[in-house]
Formats: sequence, C-alpha cells, structure tokens
Amino acid sequence: MKNQISIHTSILLDENTSYTLQELSDLCNQSTELIQEMIDEGIIVPTGSSPSLWRFGLREIHRVQTAQRLIRDLQVNLAGAALALDLLEELEELRRKVS
Amino acid sequence: MEYRDYYKILGIARDAPQDEIKRAYRKLARKFHPDVSKDHDAEEKFKEVGEAYEVLSDPEKRAAYDKFGSNWQSGQDFQPPPNWDAGFEFSGAGTGGAKPTDFSDFFSQLFGSGQFRQGRTETFSSKGEDQHARIIITLVEAWHGVKKTFTLTKPEINDQGQLINRHHSITVTIPKGVTEGQKIRLQGQGMPGLGGSAHGDLYLEISFEKNSLFRADKRNIHLTLPVTPWEAALGATVECPTLSGTVKLNIPAGSQSDRKLRLKGRGLCSASHSGDQIVTLQIVIPEAKTDKEKEVYRNMAETMPINPRQSLKGY
Repeated sequence: MKNQISIHTSILLDENTSYTLQELSDLCNQSTELIQEMIDEGIIVPTGSSPSLWRFGLREIHRVQTAQRLIRDLQVNLAGAALALDLLEELEELRRKVS
Repeated sequence: MEYRDYYKILGIARDAPQDEIKRAYRKLARKFHPDVSKDHDAEEKFKEVGEAYEVLSDPEKRAAYDKFGSNWQSGQDFQPPPNWDAGFEFSGAGTGGAKPTDFSDFFSQLFGSGQFRQGRTETFSSKGEDQHARIIITLVEAWHGVKKTFTLTKPEINDQGQLINRHHSITVTIPKGVTEGQKIRLQGQGMPGLGGSAHGDLYLEISFEKNSLFRADKRNIHLTLPVTPWEAALGATVECPTLSGTVKLNIPAGSQSDRKLRLKGRGLCSASHSGDQIVTLQIVIPEAKTDKEKEVYRNMAETMPINPRQSLKGY
C-alpha cells in the first residue's frame, strides 16, 4: 500500500506542560466532574491551591488517559485504576533500576 | 479470510460454561492490556481476546459460531457457508458508538461491524478517539534534537466501510533535550470524530533505543568510566565520551571505585531544563603476570599496607 507522508507541527508535552482544569478536560475528553473525582481519589495531584488556580502537567495527562483506558477496558472503578497506576509506576521505576 | 479459533484464544474448552469464558477473558484482558503489558504485541493480543469474548460471551453469537464445527484451525482460509446465520437472532451489534471496531475481517464478515465493549463510565462524546504510539529515538538524537520519519499503523475505515490498517508515515521534529516518557501531541491526527466533528489527537511517546555506554535517568545521563589505579590515586585528566563528543575529565587524586563525577550540562538539556552527565569511576586492576609485575604489587603491599575490611570487623 502506498504510504502517506505528512508533516505536522507538534506540541511537546514536557516539564513545562501546564494545563488548567478546563484544558485538561478538553484534552482528555473527560468531564471536569470526573477529573475532580480522580483528584479526590489521588489519581492526579494538581498544583495550585484552588480549582481556578489548578495546573496539571504531563504526568497528570498520562494518568488521566491511562485511567480512562483501564476503566473502559478492564471494568475497574476509580479506586482500582488508582491502585493499578501506582503499581505500574512503581514497576516502571524498578525496571529502570534493574536495567 | 482467516478462521479464528476463539476458544483457543481464550484458552478454554469448546464446552466451557459462560462464567468460565468471562473469567478467562478478564484474566487475559488484564494480562495483555497495552497499558499494563510490556509485550510488543500486547495490543494485538488484547484486541484478539476482546473479539473472542465479544462472540463467546453472547449465547446467540456463540451458538452461530459453534455451527462451523471444531475442525477449523486458526489462520486457515475460511468462507462461511451461504445463509449460515439463518435462524439466529443477533442483538446488540451496530448500536452505534464513537469508536469504530478493531475487530478482524473474520468477525466483521460474520457478525457485521460490532461495537467494542464500553465501560459504564464512558461519557458520550463525538470527538474522535485519541491514538497513542511509542516512538524510539537514540540518545544522541535526543541530545541534539532530530527530524525523523516514523511509520505507524493506523486503523482506518475505507470507502467500503471496512476496517483496514493503513501504514502511515509521519515526520516529526523532535526538539533538543526530550526525555523518556515525554509525549508529542499532534492535534487532529487521531481517529475521525462522529458526524464530521473534531478528530482525536495522536500522542507519540518518546522512548530511547538501548545504548551500550550511556543510560538516561530523566535528564541525567549515566556513564561508567574505567580508570587505572594510578589515575585514581594520583589524579589525571582523561578523555570521557559524552553524547556531544569527547571531553576532558579531571579525575581528582585519591578517587575510589564508584566515585561519581558530574559533568554539568552534559545531560539532556532543553531550552528550559538542563541535565548532567554522571560519570561513575570503575578502577581496573592490571593483571600481574610476570615476576616484575608481581614485584610491583608486593612493593605496594609493603609500602602502603591497608585493611580494606576494617569496616567489617565485629561481624
């Protein structure tokens, strides 16, 4: 099959990534209510003292998106997704140390 | 099209009861979930297991599937007999959803374009699904930044409404100093949305090709540098490789093995953040083969006796 070649401008998500609650909600296609629940569950931790000042980084985007998939595909609830995410992070850390 | 043995995929007998099918599916779904598994073909296996469950968990579909008999092998060329599905009622397929199915030709031919299982917390949205892919670059490319072309496989719906895997080359400019796990977001390059609404996004997650010398830990680059005992003891200036070429490194006199030296700014540096190269010294002891060489060690023992096991005393 013929390959399509396309060039795009891209946005790098790194340590400078900082989104507001609404931006995170749009980006992850999730309601702000569900994101609020993820914060209550400890899945993500925003910086900033109040919702209007909350900022979310790369780790938060990654964890919201992964939680979404785990919930959808494995029928876990938020607490289960939180546990899985923490264990996966720990596993990743250990794998890095071993290699 | 190729026959798929759904029982074999789930690892169950053809007469397995419904609850066993569910247990087998749940277990394999957890095992092969692409966010959980590190297998390179985890995603494919996860989809395969999902497809098998979609059929076998539905008693009507299962009965229809069983009608083909048990003589078929996975991968064998397969055509369903005409009117094979007469007398079976299917429900639930094609109820409409944001996500196009990832199922095989085999499934689509038999049951139409089904809908992927969706969890209860899925909120309806017409925006297209985001796509995720991992891209691999070298540490040197990460250090300098690179413009690179990657070939990705992207499921697409063609004009006939069939799902096909399209190989899609995408050229991305990766800025200097990216680190593992960072992502590049390409807006609108994900799956198409419903009814002409916005496409999802494509996320490319950075990972590094294994390097025999250097190892990255976030922004810091680790290197083990072999040195001689006299370089370590007396101090020396030696050549040390970095991602940006060889530099001169001062070994302080009196260095021991495992001493760590920091080369500032020689790690992965972006416009706003910098990293260092951490050099770990490893003292290489020359072998004493000749009498003359052995004499050197004996002289050392006499001239500077030490007890390296001092700290072990008392145990």
